[in-house]
Amino acid sequence: MNSFSPLIALLLIPLGAILFIIAKAPARMTALVASGLNLAISLLLLLDYPAAQGSYAWEMNFPWVNLQGLPPIRLHFGVDGISLPLVFLTAIVTAAAIAISPGNIRRSSEYYCYLLLMSLGAMGAFISLDIFFFYIFHEFALIPTFLLIGIWGAQNRQFASFQVTIYLMAGSLILLAGLVALIMTLPPEARTFDMIALQSYLNDHPIAVATQNLIFPLLLVGFGILVGLFPFHSWAPPGYASAPPAAAMLHAGILKKFAIYGMIRIAIPMVHDGFEAWLPVLLALLVGNFLYAGLITLAQKELPTMIGFSSIMHMGYLFLGVACWNTIGVSGAVVLMVAHGLSAALLFGLSGEITQRAGENRFAEMGGLAERAPTLAVLFSFASMAAMGVPGLANFAGEVMVFFGSYAAILPVLGPGYAIIAIYGTVLTAIFQLRAIKSIFYGLMPARYEPRAAVAATAGSEGTPAAPGMTDTSALAEHAPYVLLILASLVIGFMPFLLLHIVEPSVSLLPHLK
Amino acid sequence: MDQYIAWFLLLAPLAASVTILLRLYSPNGAIFASVGSASLCFLIALGIAWGGIVAPTPWMWISLPGSNESPGLEIEIGMIFDALSKGMLLIVTGVGLLVHIFSIGYMAQDPGRARFFGGLSIFMFSMTGIVVSTNLIEMFFFWEGVGLSSYLLIGFWFTKESAAAAANKAFVCNRLADFGFMIGILTYWILMGTVSVKPIDLSNSYHQNAVSLPRVVSILTPEEIAAHTGTAISVRHIGGVNLTSPLLLTIMVLGLFGGCVGKSAMFPFHVWLPDAMEGPTPVSALIHAATMVAAGVYMLCRVYPLLLLSTFGLEFIACIGCFTAIFAALIAVQQNDIKRILAYSTLSQLGYMVMAVGCGGPDAAMFHLTTHAFFKALLFLAAGSVIHALHEEQDIWKMGGLDKKIPLTYWTFLLGMLALIGCPPFSGFFSKDYILADAHAFHPAFYWVGVATAFLTAFYMTRLVVVAFLGSARSKAAEHPHESPLVMTIPLIILAVLSVGSGLWGFWSSDSGMKNFYHNWAINLFSDTDPIPNNGHFITVPEINTGIELGIPFAAVFFGALLSYYLYLDRTTDPLHIRLLARKFYVDELYQRRLVRGQQLLAGLLNWIDAWILDGLILRGGAYISVGFGEVFRLFQTGSLQTYAFIFTLGGVLLIYFTLFAH
Repeated sequence: MNSFSPLIALLLIPLGAILFIIAKAPARMTALVASGLNLAISLLLLLDYPAAQGSYAWEMNFPWVNLQGLPPIRLHFGVDGISLPLVFLTAIVTAAAIAISPGNIRRSSEYYCYLLLMSLGAMGAFISLDIFFFYIFHEFALIPTFLLIGIWGAQNRQFASFQVTIYLMAGSLILLAGLVALIMTLPPEARTFDMIALQSYLNDHPIAVATQNLIFPLLLVGFGILVGLFPFHSWAPPGYASAPPAAAMLHAGILKKFAIYGMIRIAIPMVHDGFEAWLPVLLALLVGNFLYAGLITLAQKELPTMIGFSSIMHMGYLFLGVACWNTIGVSGAVVLMVAHGLSAALLFGLSGEITQRAGENRFAEMGGLAERAPTLAVLFSFASMAAMGVPGLANFAGEVMVFFGSYAAILPVLGPGYAIIAIYGTVLTAIFQLRAIKSIFYGLMPARYEPRAAVAATAGSEGTPAAPGMTDTSALAEHAPYVLLILASLVIGFMPFLLLHIVEPSVSLLPHLK
Repeated sequence: MDQYIAWFLLLAPLAASVTILLRLYSPNGAIFASVGSASLCFLIALGIAWGGIVAPTPWMWISLPGSNESPGLEIEIGMIFDALSKGMLLIVTGVGLLVHIFSIGYMAQDPGRARFFGGLSIFMFSMTGIVVSTNLIEMFFFWEGVGLSSYLLIGFWFTKESAAAAANKAFVCNRLADFGFMIGILTYWILMGTVSVKPIDLSNSYHQNAVSLPRVVSILTPEEIAAHTGTAISVRHIGGVNLTSPLLLTIMVLGLFGGCVGKSAMFPFHVWLPDAMEGPTPVSALIHAATMVAAGVYMLCRVYPLLLLSTFGLEFIACIGCFTAIFAALIAVQQNDIKRILAYSTLSQLGYMVMAVGCGGPDAAMFHLTTHAFFKALLFLAAGSVIHALHEEQDIWKMGGLDKKIPLTYWTFLLGMLALIGCPPFSGFFSKDYILADAHAFHPAFYWVGVATAFLTAFYMTRLVVVAFLGSARSKAAEHPHESPLVMTIPLIILAVLSVGSGLWGFWSSDSGMKNFYHNWAINLFSDTDPIPNNGHFITVPEINTGIELGIPFAAVFFGALLSYYLYLDRTTDPLHIRLLARKFYVDELYQRRLVRGQQLLAGLLNWIDAWILDGLILRGGAYISVGFGEVFRLFQTGSLQTYAFIFTLGGVLLIYFTLFAH
């Protein structure tokens, strides 16, 4: 256990890449290589993980610093079937986000450093078994998020960046208060940052219910803000709309999962009585995610804000799966975290692609682009189908498990009610995603995208030659990142058991499962 | 090796669609791949029916343990070959292959034909999947798959605004209904402890869970069953919910029926099917007439014994089917687009099938499904041949005089029409009258509505033939039509033969077919201790009454056709003007005005609240007041965002340190 584990490589590689970039190595290339290496390692880990036991693997536990009055802070890393899929998700979304970033972006070395930092922070949070590092790594990832929005963002980026900063920092602080409270209520000799030790202590000596009832809302609101739980969601749509696509991919795809992961790892198992007491509130809020955010998504007139709201809405499924707290629901939530990470990354990336190529993001002004950009149309359709939970793509497998879990478990009578609302969410998603496809790609093109004069020879084949005003993704390099994400989603969608046989044993080990 | 062959039923069309959509082929290569995979499917279906190909070992898709409160979740991807699926498989692959072949000719000039055949292959993959599914989630998987291919093919001509709108409407309508289907599946799982629909699994869970015992349609009351069995019925409870509660059983039945309402376009979800005619005609024939829309009926027949658990549910199914049958037939009387008339006719015939299931006659429903698949595919393909000959003209009032000019199309269309209206001895006659006899045994009201529908069917189909084919040409295009090439007419001839003969064949072999299947199932369900109700049938077995089976329906058909013939012969405009029917009872307008706009209005309102009240007033207002507007503004105006973020983090770290340290 006190040996180096391969997990540390997942952190050292991006760190090394950042150093290289600072030392004037070509930024994009270095970042690509680093993210590719991480992806390869995480795939190997996924294949090599001893799934049968469901316990932590590749643990590494070193003392880091001992401060007076503080429990010892240790470098404790390890992954199990819950965090390993998220490690893989981080690696693949990072690779895609870096690959879709333009090479000629201004201040490029800074830009790629921030992307790598975001990914590094998320990765660190998922592999940390020490609450101190779990928290700090996440904070570490938030800062480059703000900078990416503030420096490379689109319309009113400063305001968006400012709002996101305030809001997420407030969330982090509330979360911090909750975590501190959790640890401080324990007798001094039992205080520890170590998740495993803390959990096993709490299993035997649960905190008084009254105290739990005070701690849980702090954790819920803290995590809730970070993930955009209704009504703490309003930072997200404008934030994502103005963020550069790669930053939105990383945040919506990966970093938001930190909060759901925290719910599974800390909030619900450690403060379980508090969770039980606050469950009705949590359920009421997640209905807000489905219905309130879902309906608002319908009203959006621009592509980026629509996708921003839809990503908020889909958090409802994750919360519902977690709230079931049975094997089926939580396993579903873990699978869905990966699935949603892939589909959200796809949608944000493609939305940026479309906006940039069409020079437009208002639905009313677009149309008929399938003729000019058939590949982009296919990619966007795939992404939409994934978000809609069409079978064959990963989201369906996760959503089905969440439905089953919630139908069986939560509350004898209301349980089915929440499942029903969640399933209605799939109807809403179909409505707004299909409407987006229709208004962007179907119909006739507005005149400004028509090929000018000479290029008008379009008859014959489907792939019409690119014309000024609107171009398709042509080179393989341009659509390879999206194809990679779609492929991952297809593999999980067609063969969810590949992921489940890793996830399920670890989920079964969670305490207090219903 | 034998056990792997069946997988190619799914793999062949999947491989074809994937390779086509990756643009690995030229358009003609794509056609070859798609038609080749369809032929392979048909061969395998033949092998399954008569060649002894067995079901492959299933593949565990999701397997999660349950708890003491809920059953485990075991979902496999497997195949089931029994009388029900074997027959359906032959229909799907057989008609599918013919439509593929027809499309070679029909789509020959279209630049996007590779994409078209790719879509057809996705459809074949999903549809065969539905047919062979061993459980409801597997079925749902493919269920959405056919929805997807339907969406892609309706919107095939994507530059047409109307096609795009129709594609969206079809998908959303189906999604909304599948919402009910999923609830039905979930309830089914809670009640039965499994999602499997294999008869053997169903029988087992019936016995293990003892979900009271099914009350056989108007045969036994619960008290009688209890008296018969004499054994105490163990009732499973989950979290205080009585699992045998009639409410849950009704939710289950209505939920499952919800899936059927969407896919088979029952009222009030029928609105998407006529619009789906925006797709190319072969698609209308295969997907929106012969096979996919019948999937709902097939699903009901697959879970039929469970429907018996709720009398209300079953009666509701019969009512919706019956209403749709006559409702759609009424609308068809006043339509002028050849494909739309056929679409409303499809709705009406699907209504018959659903009504049959509700009346306790799943065998009759499957019989009619089979004959309908043949004659409706024939009618659509022949209509496609007409449209092809007239250069995309679909208005029947701009046709006329085609009987001499395209005789092969005319005669095959006529045979299909005679089969549809139920003229003896064509196929529709046997299957429709079988349904009517079941309906009569269930409740005479259903029978009489069925007869009225038969009258209307004869009326509007005769109108269609008389106006479109007889008389004299009423437009330029109708003066010089050209008969379609052999690749299109040969499928027509084969389908015509099937439309004529399948009824008689089914009639002679009916005792060994579906009736036996359900009979054996009943014996299984009520094995050992339980008596077999209704002499071993839990399907309706009507008494032979030639007056009801033959006399009255035939008279209705005869007079309907006669009336229409004299009303429409040699007319240039429609002598009837029934606005309510021509406008389809204003259902579309109602939905658009009330539901769609209502939802959009609510969405707009919530959006406003979110932007101005939640985000604006409460959050930003609060933030500005507490932090101080000017301070904040100054901070980011100086561009010190980095500093700002850094200070925040530092603050966080310090906070954690001091909180712990100070203690």
